[in-house]
Amino acid sequence: MQEFIDGLIGTTTGMEQHLAYLAGMLVFGAAVVFGFILPIAGVTSWLERRVWARIQSRIGPNRVGPAGFLQWLADGLKNLLKEDVVPDAVDARLFRLAPYVVVTGFVAAFVAVPFAGSLIIADLNIGILYITAVTSLVVVGILMAGWSSNNKWSMLGGIRSATQIVSYEIPAGLAIFPAVLLSGTLSMQGIIESQGWEPWNWHMFHSPFALAAFLLFFVSTLAEGNRTPFDLPEAESELVAGFATEYSGMRSLLFFLAEWGNLYLIGALVATLYLGGWQVPDFTRSTFLLAVAQFGTFFLKAYFFVFVAMWIRATLPRVRVDQLMSLCWKYMVPIGLVSVIGTASVMVAFPEGNMTMRMAMTGLVGLLIVRFFLRVRYHLRRSKGVGFQPTGSVAQG
Amino acid sequence: MTEQEIQRKLEERFGAAVGPVAEGAGDSWIEVDADRIDEVAAFMKSDPALRFDCLSNQTGLDLPERNHIQVVYNLLSYEHRHEVTLKVNADREKPVVNTVEATWKAANWLEREIYDLLGVDFPGHSDLRRILLPDDWIGHPLRKDYVEAPEYHGISTIRESMLDIPGRS
Amino acid sequence: MSVEVEIEGRGGIATEEMTLNMGPQHPSTHGVLRFIVKADGEIMRTAIPDIGYLHRSIEKIAEKVGWHGFMPYTDRVDYVAAMTANQGWAMASEALGGIEVPRRGEYCRVIAAELGRICSHLLAVGAMGMDIGAITPFTHALREREMINDLLEELCGARLTFNYMRIGGVAWDLPPGYRDKVIDFLDHFEPVIHELNDLLSYNKIYVERLANVAPISAEMAISYNLVGPNLRGSGVSYDLRKDRPYSVYGDFEFDVPVGMGEQGTVGDCWDRYIVRMRECLQSCWILRQALDQIPEGPVIAKVPRNFKPKAGDVHVRVESARGDMNWYVAADGSEFPYRVHIHTGSFAAMSIIEEISEGMMIADLVAIIASLDIVAPEVDR
Repeated sequence: MQEFIDGLIGTTTGMEQHLAYLAGMLVFGAAVVFGFILPIAGVTSWLERRVWARIQSRIGPNRVGPAGFLQWLADGLKNLLKEDVVPDAVDARLFRLAPYVVVTGFVAAFVAVPFAGSLIIADLNIGILYITAVTSLVVVGILMAGWSSNNKWSMLGGIRSATQIVSYEIPAGLAIFPAVLLSGTLSMQGIIESQGWEPWNWHMFHSPFALAAFLLFFVSTLAEGNRTPFDLPEAESELVAGFATEYSGMRSLLFFLAEWGNLYLIGALVATLYLGGWQVPDFTRSTFLLAVAQFGTFFLKAYFFVFVAMWIRATLPRVRVDQLMSLCWKYMVPIGLVSVIGTASVMVAFPEGNMTMRMAMTGLVGLLIVRFFLRVRYHLRRSKGVGFQPTGSVAQG
Repeated sequence: MTEQEIQRKLEERFGAAVGPVAEGAGDSWIEVDADRIDEVAAFMKSDPALRFDCLSNQTGLDLPERNHIQVVYNLLSYEHRHEVTLKVNADREKPVVNTVEATWKAANWLEREIYDLLGVDFPGHSDLRRILLPDDWIGHPLRKDYVEAPEYHGISTIRESMLDIPGRS
Repeated sequence: MSVEVEIEGRGGIATEEMTLNMGPQHPSTHGVLRFIVKADGEIMRTAIPDIGYLHRSIEKIAEKVGWHGFMPYTDRVDYVAAMTANQGWAMASEALGGIEVPRRGEYCRVIAAELGRICSHLLAVGAMGMDIGAITPFTHALREREMINDLLEELCGARLTFNYMRIGGVAWDLPPGYRDKVIDFLDHFEPVIHELNDLLSYNKIYVERLANVAPISAEMAISYNLVGPNLRGSGVSYDLRKDRPYSVYGDFEFDVPVGMGEQGTVGDCWDRYIVRMRECLQSCWILRQALDQIPEGPVIAKVPRNFKPKAGDVHVRVESARGDMNWYVAADGSEFPYRVHIHTGSFAAMSIIEEISEGMMIADLVAIIASLDIVAPEVDR
């Protein structure tokens, strides 16, 4: 971004340059937020509803726009037009501020997300560390929301959520280490550039430890984003809407936007760290086409994980708070530590990299994917009654 | 065990407090005194030949012609798979029946319901308060002479005609 | 909100108990239930149920509407599995009036009751999954329930409150082609139960949430008068249809699934849940036998319009989806019942929650309520 602005304003110095940068930041920020992040959050909400509906044998939104695609616009508009209810007994300042803190926490992370080789707002040399730090602001916002609502259930939800997010920062951080070790840098572009476009050149297939770290990272970020199976703070049957119970209208929509946008952020992080980001083979000399291809690849990879997260949410039940904590501290943190040490050991043992191990891991995961599809086919046939024996006839299921 | 055998065992133990097996148009029953019912209950549960470990149902009946409020106990034994019905008659002016909560925990809520809807007092009950109706309700609705209070918290319970909707002419 | 902080002698912080209200308005599918929960953080000290929000004085209404007129009200006593409520009232009235139901009528009753039982268990299982967080099995279970609703609508015109049975039999005979439709549905449905089982029952997270949660021993279950799948989940093998056969249940062969502590202790939430799943399959078996064996003949006996049974009282039990439904009916020789008392499994199940919820977490309370399959109209009548 910096080069872009420099190109526009020429070389100036002193106060004018700072002002120009500030103006550029605001313009860029608004453009990215309104042009990309909010639509992404909205489209993710549409996708989530359609994916859930398909899994639950129903249809989902299909009225507004083709296949209901503009449903999120309609929802956003409706919420903007709703009455702004601030209950009497709440702490008004904190109540009003909380959604914005949450949204800030998650939007600020997009500064360092690499959309393509040349499309990144700021290629910080502490990229991934910055993202991890800034998304923690969400905890503050959630606690504010839960506390200021003056409602014991909201407070419970807020505290549960804060505990969960803070606890799962540890395994998430540990799971980032192997990727950083393998890349040698914290910068997001650097991490991607150290991987190749072929699957076996991605970080996740480097060794079994890296694969474990990849899985650990995905699960930890799901927990940080309050997604099922870790969505106890928003458990509908217990706490109505958890920390967001007293919110209505646009404020509550902001919480949900933060959650859906966070999904995309999760996908983007996983794609960057372990799946090779925007890497595509060198197929053209045109920088524009290359950028488009890179953007598309990155988008697809990130959205694949968004889809997996939605799939998991529709399928799995919720984990209870104490089980969540024991999972984090007793299982995920040790796995994280082992994966860090393991990756480092493999790096020391094979300084030049080990193509055999990479191919073996790629093959293993490929076989698992094939097995998955075969199991799906088996279950589909079983549920359609292929080879069906009525109860009471011979043996019972 | 048949009902006659059960009745004989009870009579051996409790004498005049237990009546004979009475037949009616429906089920037959054994009548027990109101102030001995808790001992009878404990005996019925603990005696190895009887072993009535389950209070299947406990009902209160208002019988104004006989000036009684009757409490009917339907007992079931999962061990021996036999059933029996006990009946207790209490004076209608001031109905008092000993509680059987110590024997069967199910009696806790069942007796609360009978107290709520019929006004029977169960001395010895751990928590005798209204269960289905609000705590400040007046009267016991299942009594035959129950007349509803004209209003509850300012909401009138009387409407002269079905077409008489307040707010409309 | 202020929190008092006192330094105790041991150097710990004294915390105060929170009193939470899990109010009558709740996004849970079990109806209008209220719990006053005293919790120390996540762990509950007690959960006191407060019932009566759905009290409609049905028992008093019976004394005004007469014997025949009370049948629609019995649907509303348990609107999730209304057929067995109908059957209970019909059986009690017939016992008092000395009326014998023709065999075809009894078979129609069994078919309707078993279809209703499957309906109810599907809803129970689906709602339980949803309360635990698995939202998809709820939609699949309801999809199957829709098919049964269509079948029952064809039978009697209504999807939820059927009013199908009458004193003396049933209102209408099976429509033509009904047998094939029900068999088609059963052929489609049984693999779906296995699918629901694969999807939900052995899922690690689900088992962790339910196994060893609130185990109820057989002795406690009997003392509190838990019945039906709740009692069978605690290991007591007692099913009215098998141990005290009424109607024509003696003609059928079926098993009684009992909780055996497969995934935890005997009598925990998982046991009660899996008993319901297995009972669906047994109901399918009974339905097949009933449809095969149904004889020809009338479906209702001749019962006078102003039905006046002799004075007396009778206690009848039917096995509804939630266990023994006790119908105590007293007649005084007139055309109005003298006293009707309905005691259902959910009433007893609510009363046990206060005792078993101590030391559980708030998230477990929802699991307990769902596993006991409490429907509010049964509790309050």
